[in-house]
Amino acid sequence: MRSGPWRTLRALPTLLRIGVAETVAYRAEFLVWILTTTQPLIMLGLWTRVARDAPFAGYSSSRFVAYFLATLIVRQLTGNWVAWQLSEDVRSGTMAMRLLRPIHPFFAYAASHAAAIPFRSFVALPVAFALLASSGGSALTSDPAQLVALVPSLAMAWLLTFSFLFAIGSLAFFLTQTMAIANLYFGLFSLFSGYLMPLKLLPPAIAAVGAWLPFRFMLSVPVELLTEPLDRAQLARLLAGQAAWTAITLAVALAGWRAGVKRFEAVGG
Amino acid sequence: MTRYLRVLSVQLRISMASAMAYRANFVIEGVMSLAWMAITLLPLIVVFSGRDTVAGWTAPAALIVIGYFMAVRAVLEGLISPSLVDLVEKIRSGSFDYVLLKPIDAQALVSASRYEPWKVFDLLGALAVVVYAFVKRGEPPAPAEVALGVALFVTGLAATYALWILCAAASFWVVRLDNLMYLLGAVFDTARWPVQVFPGAWRTVFTFVIPVAIMTTYPAMALLGTIDATQALATAGGAFALLAISRWVWRIAIRNYTSASS
Repeated sequence: MRSGPWRTLRALPTLLRIGVAETVAYRAEFLVWILTTTQPLIMLGLWTRVARDAPFAGYSSSRFVAYFLATLIVRQLTGNWVAWQLSEDVRSGTMAMRLLRPIHPFFAYAASHAAAIPFRSFVALPVAFALLASSGGSALTSDPAQLVALVPSLAMAWLLTFSFLFAIGSLAFFLTQTMAIANLYFGLFSLFSGYLMPLKLLPPAIAAVGAWLPFRFMLSVPVELLTEPLDRAQLARLLAGQAAWTAITLAVALAGWRAGVKRFEAVGG
Repeated sequence: MTRYLRVLSVQLRISMASAMAYRANFVIEGVMSLAWMAITLLPLIVVFSGRDTVAGWTAPAALIVIGYFMAVRAVLEGLISPSLVDLVEKIRSGSFDYVLLKPIDAQALVSASRYEPWKVFDLLGALAVVVYAFVKRGEPPAPAEVALGVALFVTGLAATYALWILCAAASFWVVRLDNLMYLLGAVFDTARWPVQVFPGAWRTVFTFVIPVAIMTTYPAMALLGTIDATQALATAGGAFALLAISRWVWRIAIRNYTSASS
């Protein structure tokens, strides 16, 4: 774990190459994963049906289409499964092998997931074009500030999601119930990140709580940047919130990992 | 037959014992059940706060579908999934060989090899939701409707079980299967909505390709008394057809099984 930043940086191209090779080797699994994240399409069907005759709480049918397609794109680019991977590695003992490498596993896992992003953009980009074609771009933002802010926003959403799931995966050092917690995480995520419906539709009291939870910054914020007109103050607030939650979650994930790895005794070999 | 029952009761006892060994989980699971119930109900509450009916479904009627959904999910997570995860583990480690050696049908043995007894909470939650929905609706179901509703609940469970067995049979060819189950789980999640609220293309998929409609929507319609005889027969027939197909695929899979060990 005495990993100099320089050494990590030098290993990065190799780590990315390994990530690409893994993605290609497990292409069937990768495809299934992509299909699993297509739930926004199901929600798209549901909500356009609900809003067919009249707009629902200000959302017309075509606004729902834009919203859920944007959700699909952001989800494809930022989703990952590191919690499942990590707890599996702890349980099966393959973690021992990863610990022998002179690179912090956080970077190793992160690089392997980052390497999958180009493959996933093959899925996300056609959808983005379909989105532009179908809604004529009218439901999308044309504010250059928002479009510029989208890049750091997506990057932070990715890092926040990854750190959060890494922290959950690190719980495997302490608990055997990690899967149940990861599932509960997903339940909360679907509700408070805008995965199942735009956050504006939630009952006011619940929406107020959701505004402060980290889940919103994982998915909803980039989607809002893409589909909603925001003034400068709102934009700054959203990005600041994202930065704050990303920093906190990253710190917790690394601290949790440190505490956990001390307890680790390799199982099997 | 008594041999099967004896094996089942031993397996149930083992799972009960291990559940009792971690009694603290009782509290965790109870809290989780409540949290899941809230997460499950909230989207429905949002939809019906802005609409009186969606595609002909009123809020209490849609609640019944959610009740069925919660009950099927409880059985899925309490019995079907743990057993099949266990099976995948056995195939990967090679200990599935010992299952095949036993003088009992392998499918029966692996289908009920592990239980999560605390999921009983979810089942109770589902019952509470159904009762609440009928109180809201203001008229209780007729005895015949209850009978058909329960019967179709059982066939809905059978259809669910068949789909998961099909998925498990795939693990004889593609060993890394956990994410196939996640995919099925994600699709199953749509069973919380009455199938009629989806537009045409989606409805076709959920009725014929991945028949989540026969798991929750049609059984709920039976309990509500809005199902006609053709639909009831098709629901039960679809479930039996799925069971037969899954049994057939399972047998092909077993024949192709080459042990991971040795």
